[in-house]
Amino acid sequence: MPAAPVANPVHRGEAGRAGGDVRSDLHVGFEERVSGGIEVDLRSRVDLYYGDRIRRQVCEVLEALGIANGHIDIVDEGALPFVIAARVETAVRRAGLAAGKNAQPEALPPPPPSTKDRLRRSRLYLPGNEPKYFINAALHGPDAVILDLEDSVHFAEKDAARLLVRNALRAVDFGAAERMVRINQLPLGLADLEEIVQQAPDLILIPKVESPGQISDVVGAIESIANRRPIDRPIWLMPILESAHGIENAFAIATASDRIAALTIGLEDYTADLGVPKTAAGTESLYARMRVANAAHAAHVQAIDSVFGDVANSEGLLRWGEASRAMGFEGMGCIHPVQIDILHRAFAPTTSELEKALKIVAAYEEAQAQGLGVVSLGSKMIDAPVVQRALKLVARARQMGLAPAGEQS
Amino acid sequence: MSAAAAAELAANAIGRRVPTSVNGREAVSYRGVNGYRPEGHKAGPPIRSNRDYPTNGDKRVPDLETALRLCGVQDGMTISSHHHLRNGDTVALNALQIAARMGAKDLVWFPSASFPCHQPVIDLMQSGAVHHIEGSMNGPLGDYCSHGHMRGLGVLRSHGGRWQAVQDGEVHIDIAVIAAPTADFFGNADGSHGKSACGSLGFALADSVYADRVIVVTDNLVPFPCVPWQIQGNNVDYVVEVDSIGDPAKIVSGTTQITRSPDRLRISELVARFLRDSGIMREGFSFQAGAGGIALAFVDYLARMMKAAGIKASFVRGGSTKYLVDLLHEGLIGYILDGQTFDLDAVRSIGSDPRHVATSPFTSYNFHGKGNFASIVDAAVLGATEVDVQFNANVVTHSDGRLLHGIGGWQNCLFAGCTILAVPSFRDRIPVIVDEVTTVTGPGELIDVIATERGIAINPRRQDLLDAVKGKGLPIRPIEEIKAEVERICGGKPAKPRLTENPVAVVKWVDGTVLDTVWQVVDDNPYAPKAGGGE
Repeated sequence: MPAAPVANPVHRGEAGRAGGDVRSDLHVGFEERVSGGIEVDLRSRVDLYYGDRIRRQVCEVLEALGIANGHIDIVDEGALPFVIAARVETAVRRAGLAAGKNAQPEALPPPPPSTKDRLRRSRLYLPGNEPKYFINAALHGPDAVILDLEDSVHFAEKDAARLLVRNALRAVDFGAAERMVRINQLPLGLADLEEIVQQAPDLILIPKVESPGQISDVVGAIESIANRRPIDRPIWLMPILESAHGIENAFAIATASDRIAALTIGLEDYTADLGVPKTAAGTESLYARMRVANAAHAAHVQAIDSVFGDVANSEGLLRWGEASRAMGFEGMGCIHPVQIDILHRAFAPTTSELEKALKIVAAYEEAQAQGLGVVSLGSKMIDAPVVQRALKLVARARQMGLAPAGEQS
Repeated sequence: MSAAAAAELAANAIGRRVPTSVNGREAVSYRGVNGYRPEGHKAGPPIRSNRDYPTNGDKRVPDLETALRLCGVQDGMTISSHHHLRNGDTVALNALQIAARMGAKDLVWFPSASFPCHQPVIDLMQSGAVHHIEGSMNGPLGDYCSHGHMRGLGVLRSHGGRWQAVQDGEVHIDIAVIAAPTADFFGNADGSHGKSACGSLGFALADSVYADRVIVVTDNLVPFPCVPWQIQGNNVDYVVEVDSIGDPAKIVSGTTQITRSPDRLRISELVARFLRDSGIMREGFSFQAGAGGIALAFVDYLARMMKAAGIKASFVRGGSTKYLVDLLHEGLIGYILDGQTFDLDAVRSIGSDPRHVATSPFTSYNFHGKGNFASIVDAAVLGATEVDVQFNANVVTHSDGRLLHGIGGWQNCLFAGCTILAVPSFRDRIPVIVDEVTTVTGPGELIDVIATERGIAINPRRQDLLDAVKGKGLPIRPIEEIKAEVERICGGKPAKPRLTENPVAVVKWVDGTVLDTVWQVVDDNPYAPKAGGGE
């Protein structure tokens, strides 16, 4: 059968990756035709098991994108359906087609909405264009996953990662993990928001923030998207300060919007901005980190530390995390799942801290019950701020599962 | 076409259709675990007398061809070899090729396992020199058999099953060719020293005792006596000295690496936590773990938990690697009972540490022994390609029906106190937990725990284990629930590949009965991942 003629001008697009070392992804080559319907040429590792389903899915995606005629060539390395849909859509878009249409996979029931002050001890970075890391990310128990559209995604793949992350937010079960997305700097980040916001991620990380105006731009974009179709759950923001200028504006940035739940720092870019090497001791960023911690607390948002790059050095990570907690930070980023449990240990109160706090809380509760204004432990009077700190610590410890649930929690 | 195409089939105790005769010999269908008790006397080699051997003990002959001629190689004989040299072995292929050049036809090759390096045996099968293989087949050999090109039926046996088949006369070895990293002129031989050192030579022991004729081939001839010896020269007919018995780089790996895959690490940690929290990890306990990525990481996690709890294991059965050797030196384990030696540190250790002991399928696995070590072990951690909701598991075929992997000691290890399969719940998009495995290699009643990255399923037959881990914070889930979750992720149940009605191989149970049939495949997927080598 002779092939149907291609469109004139030719609309052709490619997306995704295949080959020996690629797993859970696929390569798609699409070419529009003027007639002849859809022709799927499939080579797949899983052809015997899912070949028919893949062909059917591809046709459904093309139909949703308004494509009636075309040739599509697929080399599949065992990609899951949400990945196949994203890659096909990307190829069609790169062919300059499907304007105004999309092919979103069926959405899972949404997890419970996130809260402003939830635990954020660990956030696991997932490169936004690497689908193989998505599906099991939550099994490792991070407090959050970050689907990253920024530094881990090559400039030429921003469009592909955006659709992949959009589909993942709909179709991947991230369990109890908070679903975060790191967008690109504006204006590129605006295109990210267009695809992402409707999927209601729990939190958006905004990179390289230097002024409150950048926050307003992002908030404005989110709200205008939400105006078109209301989003019935909060989308929190976490600005990342990555320059000397940004650090100087820390408090103004932290207070730029009610949506801000946390403030964090990116040490790689910050030390580059200073023109100094990033050291294991971290002396060069001590001021910046203290400034971020202080500004965050002043703004009543969480202070979150950067990442620790040496995956093999679990001792170093634990020490860094403990020092971080001592400075007022409540969490860090993770670049490998083995870092998660270590951070959860680092950001947990010590046994003696917890014991002491539990005693103070018990004394406080007793004083409350007796209608006493003064809390005392044995013969010692406990100051109000000490009581407040103990209450906060115990509440956190309960969230971490380290303390039994109290009567008043 | 397969000689077995016309074989009659019968349903066995687990409802699998199996041939009633295998390569012209009547075969008993599987009757359940311990459902079959063979009787009579063990097979034995012909009586030999030392008056027929050199009184000075020097049994050397110039080359392998001379040795094969003196052994009387002829059509239809069974030639055996061992796989301790793994993918570096050159001796087995060499022996078969020489026999072929000498004009022998219809030989049966009886290796303890085959590897990708043995691919040229396909040429020997095509030329008619080799009739069929009774032993593990994978890679190109597996594909050759899976497509029905082999004249006889492949027979897949466990390491213990191989010994059983030799002892009860099911397989008679005419000539055993034993590659030996060190030997003397008398035929005493050992694997722990020499440039081609491989550690234990345990897989060749049965061959050395029961074959009509035994040839030792070595590239490290030492003055008599070769000490230590695992192969006794008193069983050996001829000794051949050659320049090389194989490629040392492929015999043992320089270093074995623990997996860095987060999902595999998670599975490994869950297995270790299971042993700890179920109470199996207690003073003086024992376990078995191989050299796969998950097994190595499991040992690492378990060792940390043992240290934290101040617990020592009495012995470990390996598959030995640097990681086990380190534990031995740290005093965390009393002995390594070693069936196979995987890396250089382990080879050095078995050659120098009296607590690192070479074992064999006789001590560890044999059904006709008066007991064996495998059932003494408290816990065995194994892999599988598929597991079904009845806890049956498959290690020999891919989900598409192609031969993938040998049985190794896997079946034998199922007799441990607690058998744990550590597997991902799906690979790429292919579910590992399925409704029904393609080929039953192990019956579900012997498989106690399936540990996946999505949770741990405990066989409902093991209420004791379910009780033991209750409230310990482990993600214990019904196997059906994990299966359903995987099917949701993968986009539905996988289609069942079509298979023909033509048997190409049988899977033997440890007692010699036929557990399942491997069928000729129909579909060929050129883009399917290639099978690796292994037992």
